[in-house]
Amino acid sequence: MSQLRLASLAVHNLGPIDLELAAHDCVALSGRSGSGKSLLLRAIADLEPHTGEVFLDGVACASVAPWQWRSQVCLLPAESQWWYPSVGEHFRQLDAGWLEQLGFEAEVLDWEVSRCSTGERQRLALLRLLSRRPLALLLDEPTANLDPESAARVEALIESYRRAEGAPVIWVSHDRAQGQRVATRHYVLSTGQLREASS
Amino acid sequence: MNLITLTPLDLAVAAVLVVTLAATSYRLRLGVERDLIIATARTFIQLLLIGMVLKVLFENTNLLWVSLMAAVMLAAAGREVMVRQQRRFLGWWGYGLGTMSMFISSFTVTLLVLFTIIGAEPWYTPQYAIPLLGMMLGNTMNGVALGLDRLTQSAWQQRAVIESRLMLGDDSNTAIGEIAREATRIGMIPIINAMAAAGIVSLPGMMTGQILAGAPPLEAVKYQILIMCTITIGTGFATIAAVRIGARHLFDERQRLRLDRLRKPAPGA
Repeated sequence: MSQLRLASLAVHNLGPIDLELAAHDCVALSGRSGSGKSLLLRAIADLEPHTGEVFLDGVACASVAPWQWRSQVCLLPAESQWWYPSVGEHFRQLDAGWLEQLGFEAEVLDWEVSRCSTGERQRLALLRLLSRRPLALLLDEPTANLDPESAARVEALIESYRRAEGAPVIWVSHDRAQGQRVATRHYVLSTGQLREASS
Repeated sequence: MNLITLTPLDLAVAAVLVVTLAATSYRLRLGVERDLIIATARTFIQLLLIGMVLKVLFENTNLLWVSLMAAVMLAAAGREVMVRQQRRFLGWWGYGLGTMSMFISSFTVTLLVLFTIIGAEPWYTPQYAIPLLGMMLGNTMNGVALGLDRLTQSAWQQRAVIESRLMLGDDSNTAIGEIAREATRIGMIPIINAMAAAGIVSLPGMMTGQILAGAPPLEAVKYQILIMCTITIGTGFATIAAVRIGARHLFDERQRLRLDRLRKPAPGA
């Protein structure tokens, strides 16, 4: 159970942005490409120099070690990156049920990353992220390269994680229908400001 | 000592041969003739000048002059390290990082050798101090330049991977660990290879020079072994220091990857 709060967060020509997410909250974020959605997520994960502050359960980002912050407020980038030859080397521990939920067999951990498709890598990257048990999720188009069936599985897994852990989620999506399916609120980012969209 | 003195005419013959090579390069349109002529001219002028400086220096053993000479050599090596990097750090870091690492490592090892092994009287006797430091800096420079160039290039190419690791909660040391280790290895490999091949594939330059100048081979060999060990130590520690400090400076106080601290390579470079 965690709350995430952005207070006057500003980065480059974005913001200042205020936003509050209660535990279990899922906010959909859309906006034209180049409007700064990814930049905003990067600032929340403290990967971009910014002004203003982000709080997790009332604790300011600047007051905890950067690696600790990023392992609690976890960002899933639009394009997944892999640095070891095999899939399994990137995981510490993994819930076998999750693998199954995304349509993988346990042998996937022995696969070579170079032989996985973009979609497989994207789903595995989500599992890699969730297996570190983050307290808040920042998702940058997590279903962009997936077929509808895989996308539905991913949506369901994130939904169950959010409910089980009480984790707030910011979900960047171009797909308005998806935003309405998964999110409790919907915001549009344009000219550096967040506006709540009427649903 | 049966030293055969070279006359200006002897050097002129060598120069004419270089001109022949330049002419061939021109005919084959290799396009290196200009660089070749300039580099040869620089070799002649720079070495003759340094020869005269050394002559004066050797005749007056003076700590101040030796220190000044050492400072000039360090400054030149530092500049060389800087210009050899495509994506060097902006501002003073670009110059200071390599220079500082070479200073710490080369000077420490040179002093150690002068005091404990050679033991000349006084310890800063320029015949020993200056050539030893020159060999140290010349090789350390290569290691540091190679290591730093590799570090910044790899960090640039693999920035997405580094940031992905940060996003999963790795600290900056872990996130750049493999890149930094690889860069350090790249910096140290040439000198390790040189030691492994010494005497079998090639006769090292210093030893060759000593033998040509009439020194007994075994004496030349002993000095060569000493020199190779010391430059390996100097290169190794300088490369380790430069890459470690450089890797740290790629991140800010919040462990964000800050590639904006690197210069963009000149177009076409």
